[in-house]
Amino acid sequence: MEELILSRWQFGITSTYHFLFVPLTLGLSLIVAILETIYVRTGNEMYKQQTKFWGKLFLINFAMGVVTGIIQEFHFGMNWSEYARFMGDIFGAPLALEALTAFFLESVFIGLWIFGWDRISKRLHALCIWIVAFASNLSAFWILTANSFMQSPVGYAINNGRAEMTDFVALITNPYVFHQFPHTVLGGFVTAGFFVLSISGYHLIRKSHQDFFRASFKLGLVWTIVCLFLQMGSGHAYTQFIAKAQPMKLAAAESLWETTTSAPFAIAAVIDEQNKTNKAELKIPVMLSILANNDPNSTVKGIKDLEQEYIAKYGPGNYIPPVTPVFWSFRIMVAAGSLMMLIVLAAGFLWWRGQLENKEWMLKAVFWSLPLPYIANSTGWFVTEGGRQPWIVVGLQQVDQAVSPSIDAISVWISLIGFTVIFALLAVAGVYLMQKIVRQGPVSTPVQPNIPEVKGASLWS
Amino acid sequence: MELSVLWFILLTVLFIGFFFLEGFDYGVGILLPFLGKDDTERRVIINTIGPVWDGNEVWMITAGGAMFAAFPHVYATLFSGFYLALFLMLFALIVRGVAFEFRSQDEHPLWRKTWDSMIFIGSIIPAILWGVTVTNLIQGVPINAKMQYVGTFFDLLSPYTLVGGIAFFLVFTFHGALYLTLKTESDMVARARQAAVKVGVLTAVFCLILVGMTYTNTNLFASTGAGTSLLGAVVMFVGAYGAVYSKRYGLGFILSSLTVALTTIAFFWGLFPRLMVSSLNPAWSLTVANSSSSHYTLTIMTIAAVALVPIVLIYQGWVYWIFRKRVTAKDLKY
Repeated sequence: MEELILSRWQFGITSTYHFLFVPLTLGLSLIVAILETIYVRTGNEMYKQQTKFWGKLFLINFAMGVVTGIIQEFHFGMNWSEYARFMGDIFGAPLALEALTAFFLESVFIGLWIFGWDRISKRLHALCIWIVAFASNLSAFWILTANSFMQSPVGYAINNGRAEMTDFVALITNPYVFHQFPHTVLGGFVTAGFFVLSISGYHLIRKSHQDFFRASFKLGLVWTIVCLFLQMGSGHAYTQFIAKAQPMKLAAAESLWETTTSAPFAIAAVIDEQNKTNKAELKIPVMLSILANNDPNSTVKGIKDLEQEYIAKYGPGNYIPPVTPVFWSFRIMVAAGSLMMLIVLAAGFLWWRGQLENKEWMLKAVFWSLPLPYIANSTGWFVTEGGRQPWIVVGLQQVDQAVSPSIDAISVWISLIGFTVIFALLAVAGVYLMQKIVRQGPVSTPVQPNIPEVKGASLWS
Repeated sequence: MELSVLWFILLTVLFIGFFFLEGFDYGVGILLPFLGKDDTERRVIINTIGPVWDGNEVWMITAGGAMFAAFPHVYATLFSGFYLALFLMLFALIVRGVAFEFRSQDEHPLWRKTWDSMIFIGSIIPAILWGVTVTNLIQGVPINAKMQYVGTFFDLLSPYTLVGGIAFFLVFTFHGALYLTLKTESDMVARARQAAVKVGVLTAVFCLILVGMTYTNTNLFASTGAGTSLLGAVVMFVGAYGAVYSKRYGLGFILSSLTVALTTIAFFWGLFPRLMVSSLNPAWSLTVANSSSSHYTLTIMTIAAVALVPIVLIYQGWVYWIFRKRVTAKDLKY
């Protein structure tokens, strides 16, 4: 079963790595679109520079997101062929629709945006980046539709041992996706907000290009505060939904072994998975019942009782997710989110008082907070996918049934090492380029001489 | 018509689009180190495909997604069976995609040289591997009664499939050279033509071997349509060669595009109604009947494809129209 564990590592590593770039693409595409729209509306050259500066960083990130995404497309066939056979009817459709509706738009219009500065009108050029932003977020919707089915299957029937789609509308209106999509996308918006704040803060500390980065800092501040508040709300709604849709995930995220009325919220715990108990915990009384059900007297089901329910329903087996990583991932995510909120509110307050740029410690705090959204995004996914174990499709297929029978451990070792090494090298190259562009700051575009019309035959004339 | 048959045709169309568009992208990437004498020239070469390569690659992504949606068993058997080959391809596509974006962002010669070689490697590997893959599909690979591939990576390499790999690589290189004759200026056009003329001779040799071995190793010619298409591809290639020789580049490119399209049609037609041939037992082959999705899913996907593919073609074509001019040293972005 070495292939199984290696395949899981490979999927985990490549997906986590892919999702370092996706959130920034989701948010920064919109921010760049807003900046370019301001430029088109006002004709203010500074905003053209803003568009180009953030656009350049966006493109590096975008390229990394695209190439790491290619693996995702083929992964299900390579390492999880039995999943692909079982789920192709349902999973393939959103994936193909993602390609048809989103990937084509994204990739065609990003090309036009990069190369079109002098070829198409300003308005059309700004429209290109709006299309890219729209398509990126639409793409997130499709793939999350597929993921939501894995968390909470809807609109299907099992025929000949395969899950077959019976209701496409149910698939794309899965209540799960309406909680997961906003939370994921807002996570991306917050990431982009912190990206802009952090880099702007860096230049404000150095007092370089101050007018330029004041403008971007201000935009980033408003954007991030709004998105963070929405994100907190969506996180709360999502968790309450999980309490009903995936009680085992919630119980694991809280390390709640016993069914409890007026359940407390554990801030920290020493978890003993073997004996199914917490050796010690630091808790706030009644808080979990309030958070999960808005009712201090409500009951939250514990892992042990849920396990018995699963055994009654699906037969003997181990249905408990890895509690320790899920529990801590959830806490790290919430802590990172709270810290982000604290930092932007403090920075916002000082900005409002006109003191921000005198308080270097505040700017430094903003600068160093850049990893926080990335930590929150990744740990959030650890909760989502870790809390789903041992299922690959909840209630329908377990992870160990999904792995490809035709692959051998050596092949997976080769691909696992190959992907990890190339990703590490690309990370070095990408970070090198980004920091170089960031340090350089905005480059004022020289007035372009009029380029004479190029002579010669074109392809179609 | 059965919807699964319609999806076989749609999949063929997606592969035609992919091989036609990414075919010249791969060719341009392969020719990069040979045609570009200095950095500016290499940038010109890269910029000829700069605005379009990403959109071209999505044809492959869409073909993969469509295969997953319409023929999940093929998606599962092919990609798990051809595991290491696919790993190599993904590896190549990753470094190529990043290389386009990264290479000109830094001036250091070593930096640029590194990424240029990534573009080259990232173009040549998929070009060869697609040839190996397509010829394996029709020659047959060890697939058991449970639709599982039971061979190893080295079972994919046989004289016929290696010839297939080389032939595809040469055809794409020739196709890329013709694309460059249309998208560059003066001296570069002459060099691209020269490359096409040189590569074309080898291409002709390997295409003939491929046709001959297809006759001996597969039953492609049992289908009149497939056989005619394959011979048609050869005729188109000869025409393309003649056209580029006499400097009629537009015509040459159209004919080399038809070569690519007809080759794709020939192999898919020859496969039909199979998608993957089992070398162990013909009855174990994956076919449109035993590997397709449910009627409901195919219906949804058909509606989506019929509505969306024409729109994609329109806006992608429109972007090609915007960038129809030849690329010069003055309009470099990558």
